[in-house]
Amino acid sequence: MSGLLINDVSMRFDLPNGGHVQALKNVSLDIKSGELMSVLGPSGCGKTTLLNIVAGFLAPTEGQIVLNDEEKIGPGPERGMVFQQGALFEWMSVRDNVSFGPDMKGMSRAESKENVEHLLDVVGLQDFKEKAVYELSGGMQQRVALARCLANDPDVILMDEPLGALDALTREKMQSLVLDLWKETGKTIILITHSVEEALLLGERLLVMAPRPGRVHKEYRLPFADMGVGNDLREVKKDPKYGPTREEILEMIWNMEEEIMGRTEESA
Amino acid sequence: MTGVLVLALYVGAFFGSFFLARIIFKSAFEKKGFNKLKTVTFGDESAITANRVASVISVITVFWLWVAFTNSAIPLPKFPGPFSGDMTFTYTAELEDGTTDDATVSVRVYREDIQQTLDAEGNPGREPEAAEVEPGEGFAKNDTLTVARYSFKVINVWSNDEVSKKDGSTVVAINGQPIAAGEKISIPEGKVGLTDKGTPTFEPAVGLRMARLYLPAPEVVFQRFIWLNKEGYQGYTLLEHTWYSLKRVLLGFLIGAVVGVPIGYAMGLTGWARGWFDPIVEFMRPVPPLALIPLIIIWFGIGEIGKVVLLFLAALWIMIIAARSGVSGVAISKVHAAYSLGASKWQILSKVIVPNSLPDIFTGARVAMGVCWGTVVAAELVAANVGLGKMIVTASKFQLTDIIIVGIIIIGVIGFAIEVGMRALENWLIPWKGKS
Repeated sequence: MSGLLINDVSMRFDLPNGGHVQALKNVSLDIKSGELMSVLGPSGCGKTTLLNIVAGFLAPTEGQIVLNDEEKIGPGPERGMVFQQGALFEWMSVRDNVSFGPDMKGMSRAESKENVEHLLDVVGLQDFKEKAVYELSGGMQQRVALARCLANDPDVILMDEPLGALDALTREKMQSLVLDLWKETGKTIILITHSVEEALLLGERLLVMAPRPGRVHKEYRLPFADMGVGNDLREVKKDPKYGPTREEILEMIWNMEEEIMGRTEESA
Repeated sequence: MTGVLVLALYVGAFFGSFFLARIIFKSAFEKKGFNKLKTVTFGDESAITANRVASVISVITVFWLWVAFTNSAIPLPKFPGPFSGDMTFTYTAELEDGTTDDATVSVRVYREDIQQTLDAEGNPGREPEAAEVEPGEGFAKNDTLTVARYSFKVINVWSNDEVSKKDGSTVVAINGQPIAAGEKISIPEGKVGLTDKGTPTFEPAVGLRMARLYLPAPEVVFQRFIWLNKEGYQGYTLLEHTWYSLKRVLLGFLIGAVVGVPIGYAMGLTGWARGWFDPIVEFMRPVPPLALIPLIIIWFGIGEIGKVVLLFLAALWIMIIAARSGVSGVAISKVHAAYSLGASKWQILSKVIVPNSLPDIFTGARVAMGVCWGTVVAAELVAANVGLGKMIVTASKFQLTDIIIVGIIIIGVIGFAIEVGMRALENWLIPWKGKS
């Protein structure tokens, strides 16, 4: 069976004072190959922990990560990461950043050239490939991060708030780019975001997580990502189902936040 | 007293030249470029750029103060100097029976540095002959005296008199002014006095300028610089002294960096190495390298090895700490990203950690080079055969102040050059510094 299986994953952090935090409890997800899943939730719901477990940076206290029928322990090139910012190698040019994965595999530049050039075209950075990454704007840097991840041809792309640090206009353009890349490459993508709109637009599946303990609260199957491919995302937002879904999810998260606040006040 | 005057002049120059320069060099006080339209600059550090007119005037002021307080030949305004040349004063001798007689003392005051002053052919000057005078009438005869500036002489005025001191002749007045033993009388050219036993003394006026021994004039220092290049000092030319010092610094620093950086990386990457080296590093870091000099001399003697070992130790801890903080400064997301892109541990080290730690290592290297340069001079002051520190300390034993000043200037210039060079190298090698 091809795809990513998150099998009954729990994560418990022990605290130095003897207590512990249950960051995730019995999270199970079956993500099919080529699926685009967005993950939403209030702070502390364990969404970044979940992503780090899938990426292999953290070992879960219980459960397994199974990719294409193979249990994964530790990080690997078949699971690519795109971080919010600051994860580019600023001592390298744009092109060297993009070809980092192939270089690490020991591929010669001649071998990887075609793919790297193609990806630079796709993300629109062909004219900037000789520049140092620190000379680029935030949006362009995230394009580099996307291209760098794709150049390694991973099975799953894990995105940890990849557009969180961008301004609203750049963010919209980048959302379109993510959708286009998803359709073109057919990769499985898990995208963590704080923005309900982004989760709606970039989630074929949308996962709402709840905190204490971190768990899957509700799951949606949405048509907006498919509608958005190659289209203006502002048109997608005019869809009659878009508004009510957004309100429903906002309400849900709002209530969770209220609950957290309430609990904190009680314990105080 | 002179110190207060220097301070007052310096402070005066700071404010005075500000008001003057603001009128003369208007454009240097205008805000430029991005700051042009800023209305708030007081408190906005980014809007402050060094006023280069101030820098130039500042250097000129120091140079002028140097000239003004020395017997320099440079035609700049100077403070009153010491008396130099010929003068006379009269003394009145009195016998026990009350008879008195006047006689003159012809004094020739000459430059105190006459022997170090070379003429056009390069021969040193000689102390002048005393003036020739007639002996004059009466029992007291006229005397002559030669005395160097900034010094003081006792005159046995009775040496040619008809009645000696032993026979009851005493000096009772100078230039007609009564004087007793132990007193002094000021005249424009200096001070005439009597010792406690009644023998006349003469002390030429010194003015406000410093004698060559205390502060040689700029041109004297420059001539010494030329001379040191040509003739050398203690068997080595100035260039050789400088090169030996520099060589020790470079060698000690390089070995320190080559040993220290891998240890720093190991401390940043493995718990065993951090635990192993932490006590040593934390113990040795606060020990000033100068405190190690005695031990180093006992162990290695005063030769080259001891110096290099000392500088190695001066650089080592700084480089270890720089490399370690370079590793801890690597954003974890970069390391994670590299692992996700399939990098091995070795590749993480060489492709991510090393380049990422270069800015920290460079900052450490700049500090280490500065410390090494200071340490080498101090080490040479204590014991060495050759080197700038050795040159200075030997010159001080012979009171050759000009060589000391040449040495200090060269030490300062090279220290400055090291800093500028390291910064240029940094900008060239790690242009991404501070831009992530």
